[in-house]
Amino acid sequence: LGAGVYRHYRPVLVDTIVSRSEFLTSYTPYQAEIAQGTLTAIFEFQTMVCQLTGMDVANASMYDASTAVPEAAMMAMRATGRSHVLAARSVHPEYREVLQTYAKYSGMPVAEFGYNAETGFIDIQDLERKITKDTAAVIIQSPNFFGVIENVKQAADLAHANGTLLVVVFSEAVALGIVEPPRDADIVAGELQSFAISPSYGGPFAGVIACREKFIRQIPGRLVGETKDDKGNRAYCLTLATREQHIRREKATSNICTNQALIALMATVYMSVYGKQGLRELGLQNLSKAQYLASKLNRHFSGATFNEFVVSTGTKSAKELNRELEAEGIVGGLALERFYPELKDTMLLCCTEMSKREHMDQVAEVFA
Amino acid sequence: MATSIKNPSEGNAAVKKVRSHISQNEQLLFEISSPGKIGYQLPELDVPAVDPAAALGAANARTEIEDFPEVSEVDAIRHFTRLSTWNYAIDLGMYPLGSCTMKYNPRVNEAAARVEGLAWAHPYQPDHLSQGAMEVMAQLETCLTEITGMDAVTLQPAAGAHGEHTGILLVRAYLEAQGNPRKKILVPDSAHGTNPATAHMAGYAVENVASNDRGMVDTETLLRVVNEDVAAMMVTNPNTLGVFEEHIADVAKILHDKGCLLYMDGANMNALTGIARPGDFGVDVMHLNLHKTFSTPHGGGGPGAGPVAVKKILEPHLPLPRLKREGNQWAWEYDRPQSVGRVRAFYGNFGVLVRALAYIMAHGGPGLRRATYDALLNANYIRKRMEPHYEIAYNDPSMHECVFSDARQKKLGVDTGSIAKRLIDYGFHPYTVSFPLIVPGSLMIEPTETESKREMDLFVDAMIAIAKEIEEDPEMVKHAPYSTRTSRVDEVTAARKPVVRWKKG
Repeated sequence: LGAGVYRHYRPVLVDTIVSRSEFLTSYTPYQAEIAQGTLTAIFEFQTMVCQLTGMDVANASMYDASTAVPEAAMMAMRATGRSHVLAARSVHPEYREVLQTYAKYSGMPVAEFGYNAETGFIDIQDLERKITKDTAAVIIQSPNFFGVIENVKQAADLAHANGTLLVVVFSEAVALGIVEPPRDADIVAGELQSFAISPSYGGPFAGVIACREKFIRQIPGRLVGETKDDKGNRAYCLTLATREQHIRREKATSNICTNQALIALMATVYMSVYGKQGLRELGLQNLSKAQYLASKLNRHFSGATFNEFVVSTGTKSAKELNRELEAEGIVGGLALERFYPELKDTMLLCCTEMSKREHMDQVAEVFA
Repeated sequence: MATSIKNPSEGNAAVKKVRSHISQNEQLLFEISSPGKIGYQLPELDVPAVDPAAALGAANARTEIEDFPEVSEVDAIRHFTRLSTWNYAIDLGMYPLGSCTMKYNPRVNEAAARVEGLAWAHPYQPDHLSQGAMEVMAQLETCLTEITGMDAVTLQPAAGAHGEHTGILLVRAYLEAQGNPRKKILVPDSAHGTNPATAHMAGYAVENVASNDRGMVDTETLLRVVNEDVAAMMVTNPNTLGVFEEHIADVAKILHDKGCLLYMDGANMNALTGIARPGDFGVDVMHLNLHKTFSTPHGGGGPGAGPVAVKKILEPHLPLPRLKREGNQWAWEYDRPQSVGRVRAFYGNFGVLVRALAYIMAHGGPGLRRATYDALLNANYIRKRMEPHYEIAYNDPSMHECVFSDARQKKLGVDTGSIAKRLIDYGFHPYTVSFPLIVPGSLMIEPTETESKREMDLFVDAMIAIAKEIEEDPEMVKHAPYSTRTSRVDEVTAARKPVVRWKKG
């Protein structure tokens, strides 16, 4: 079971660090002289998120991806002066629901475009039909909700030719260790739950917004910047606060104040512990495990996937299969019919480095 | 260079809480990185390894994460431990930050949130496997409903500002259902910055309402500006001066007479919990900050949680999904056509909710009331001791915080910002500076109930000593702090030429 929340191993070091009182019980680092620890860690977080996503600027965190998506859309509205948004149906359904809630009352009509029933990619023709001169942003997810890796370049070219910004969403950060990042995007809105954050029944997680340099003044939330102190030492502080609510009040880029700092620190420690080689090996293990299980089942979409994939359930219904799996002590996959009525008898499955071969074999047997 | 400046705190008998200490230098992770170093170990792959280029397609396969750090486990733990020593924290001492309610975070909350069945519960696992998590949420909803005197609670919003946004969307949905969403939100000039930003995000115009000469909502002014265009008024109570809005019931009546709703910013709920219920004085919708009143740790800026409590009239509009009882089980209800929709994926910052429930259950009703009394007592103790030395902003009785102005010190050329920085040399985090906006040069102080008389005395002694220093050597105070490893930070340059990431140089 994945679908936006993933079970990955949590290195012990992560809780060791975030349990330190100096991180756990400190306030928002407005007083830079006595908050250099938090500020430096956030600066490293921002840098690593940029390196992972291929963007130039990343903020200090959002609540989660579902709220980062509408914030990214509103950013695009401000940057383009346009007001319409097009979101792919293969973006996480709950992210789209949140987008609709935010949009409904802020003069931002959101329309959706479809996916290719065979490949699982976005339906590029449908996008081409629906995009107009009023479209501020096109929002896609990669790997998308079906686990399929999108052709970001193609979507970017189409959007840019129309003066529209491309927002790329991700929910499985581990993919970025081995899958090419969305370098052609203008804004990236993602979820870092996979980086040492336990599923915790859906939160707290850590979202992030990253973007190209030219949109820096449109980005919502806190940003840490490098500077010097009186003695000429390198130092860090919260910066570009004129975007924020406590200065700009109703003209702010967002009302966000409290974010997910400690959770972002978990992700920072996680990224440091795995490092360059580790994230690659981790990605490879996730990919290999998913390929192993997928090869034993009947895939529904033909597009390339990372660690999640959709399967056809065959003669049994998804519900029956999940009941049988549960009897064997395994929590099954997500029956997609819940969000996609047309995808009856399909199930979204996920494998991570935590999935053991014997359990995957068991799953395959229940499906057989 | 300022290095020649002698630290005026050395040998100063008034500085009781701190002495200098070794402080390790530490470079950025990227600078201590060295090719080939690793700090992890994965189990051997028990399935055939695939070739990424073949499995993903050559165009999708990433070859490397450029310039990503490579460090060992020891490097990593030393790095973050060293960084941590550069932080002030509630476990090191008092945080007199007004409006922020920085109280001690009981560690039993942390233990509760890490119980395996809660921490590893997947939001999409079947409901019959999630009954424990759902029970936690149901109990917290019940507790918060009782504490606020409201009728229903949603736990979905992830922080105070998110709760505000949700609350105003509820107002909008309710008024729309009545046939007219109306146009504007009234916000007192003493409000938190999130209030006007929120109203704007919900598609409303913002109208600021001037406070009266006591810093309170002025019912006369309100009567003048309220009309059928007003959707709601956002009020903080006690207000940002730490004073109870004594006419709050009248304010509610004035608004209700025109069909407007009363929104309460619950940031200052630490003054009311167990002794007064917003639902009883006319509030229609409010949010709570669990990371303030209910002791969940700030973590350097989050995570928080911002539940929203409402009266019956707004209940049909609450975000999806809602908990409901089906037989003897909890279930999620999605069929609520009048709902504003989702404001966040899944069900909220669940881990934070667990901590808050642990806090509430450990205290019980009488314990929560006792905590509130202690918070009020502490704030008033500080006010009494400081009043001879600093100008109190407004003379009304203080609740959980007190607000002074720098009027006397300003005459000698030292403003609240410098006094705050000097306080650091005495071993304290600064109080809230320059807020609320209606008090020029404000010093906003909130001790919370968890400070002892000893710690508060150290704090007040420090404030008195600084007042004396300003009389004797104002220049010295202007350049504080002296004892921190980082001296005053140049925020202007940071904003002018923003460097927000490390780059290989």
